[in-house]
Amino acid sequence: MSGLLEVQGIDARYGNFQALFDVSLSVDAGETVAIIGANGAGKSTLLGAIAGDVAVSAGTIRFDGADLAGVPSHQRVGRGIALVPEGRRLFPSLTVEENLLVGAFRRRPGPWTRERVYQLFPHLVPLASRAAATLSGGEQQAVAIGRALMANPRLALLDEVSLGLAPLVIRQLYGALPEIRAAGTSVLLVEQDIGQALRVADRVSCLLEGRVSLAGAPKGLDREQITAAYFGPHGLEGAEAVG
Amino acid sequence: MDWVNAVVQGVLLGGVYALFATGLSLSFGVMRLVNLAHGQLALVAAFATVSLTQATGWNPLVALVVVVPAMAALGYLLQRGIFNPTLKADPLTSILVTFGLAVVIENVLLERYSADSQGLYAGSIETASIRLTDQLAIGWFRLIGLLTAVAVLGGLSLFLTRTRLGRALRAVSDDWRTAGLMGIDTRRVNGIAMAIALATVAVAGVFLGIQTTFDPSEGNVLLLSAFEAVIIGGLGSVWGTLAGGIVLGVAQTVGAQIEPGWSLLFGHLVFLAVLVARPTGLFPKAVAA
Repeated sequence: MSGLLEVQGIDARYGNFQALFDVSLSVDAGETVAIIGANGAGKSTLLGAIAGDVAVSAGTIRFDGADLAGVPSHQRVGRGIALVPEGRRLFPSLTVEENLLVGAFRRRPGPWTRERVYQLFPHLVPLASRAAATLSGGEQQAVAIGRALMANPRLALLDEVSLGLAPLVIRQLYGALPEIRAAGTSVLLVEQDIGQALRVADRVSCLLEGRVSLAGAPKGLDREQITAAYFGPHGLEGAEAVG
Repeated sequence: MDWVNAVVQGVLLGGVYALFATGLSLSFGVMRLVNLAHGQLALVAAFATVSLTQATGWNPLVALVVVVPAMAALGYLLQRGIFNPTLKADPLTSILVTFGLAVVIENVLLERYSADSQGLYAGSIETASIRLTDQLAIGWFRLIGLLTAVAVLGGLSLFLTRTRLGRALRAVSDDWRTAGLMGIDTRRVNGIAMAIALATVAVAGVFLGIQTTFDPSEGNVLLLSAFEAVIIGGLGSVWGTLAGGIVLGVAQTVGAQIEPGWSLLFGHLVFLAVLVARPTGLFPKAVAA
């Protein structure tokens, strides 16, 4: 079966520090895949490599059958890959509405419009003309998701959507996921909260120190396996000693 | 009445300063590029207009129709060919490159046009004026200069807030890396920003050339007044730039009213006073990027 996204054996490094080692992963059309792992395991680097923000030093990333090597990030958006970056990274001096419109810069046709995003997150409607910098963290995260959807992606990359947010807000944001999937968008999300990841994902990959330590459907994985893959074979202590 | 006159003339003068400052503010705002060749590029526009008017007999204001698009094209090519590759290195690299460009332009202009002062002649409009009272008259040409500045800045403001490309420029200004991840080709947007910057500086250069004489060595003086107008007005604010230009213009004419030789000095003093009292300028950008 050929996936929408095929990551094969990629390495990525920042200077002398290698962040990813021989990482492979695939996402099929309509699928939601979660990447879990501890801090510094390379999750965000992997999303960055797919979005074109991080250079890949070995291996290939194919999207819809085409090799993405040498394709700059702005063109990847045109092909249907949109990133919700870690830490939101909204344009602070632009209003909520303008942030959404910038998301639609490539004018890719598709189901997502401003109206549809406001339907998905009705609490953004009264904030439309506010500068993004003045919003709360949860509101900013909703805008960041909306901005990515405005690109009408075939694959949405969600990086640590729940980071630093209250449980109620996290539930509200994840509540949007079924509708995003119903619109035909595949989702690859990074999550530190294992429980959250297992609830929403069709498949899970766990990263440990830049390597895939476990992959499979949530139902087929038991808690011990996941703990071992998350913290390493030596448990917390071992992971710390290596890290 | 002399004082009222000085202030009125200063406001009118401020329009051209604002035009000079706009391009500088835009290239710093969008590309974080401090363009030290800004003044020399204004002279390129002025000298090109000298050649064009000599060859065709056009009024320099008519020549703008050719010079402005040509400078915009030059700006796009400069940005894509020379400035963009320097932006990802440390800020010093791009400053040195623009400094080098300034030196090159100045010497090319010297070679081609010599060190003699040149002027542009727009005909009777240069001396025509509207007499308001016995002691107060507004020169038509200066008034056109101010109105042009208001029109250019108003157009730019609308472009930045109402159009897709304008929003992209502001997004790049806020965070170019994220802008790329949202599908914006930042190198192209930078090129467009520099094209607009040089289009505005072309207008400023031609207006200055009509107002006064100029020679190839004046680039840095022009750059300095543009810098002062930008800093006084506050970086990143379109209307602040106009205010900065006007404050600088009024400071110079009021200074000249006190003592004819103090014109430039007063401009610098007001600039320093603003820098001390309000380092962010009179109209800073509403939200810190």
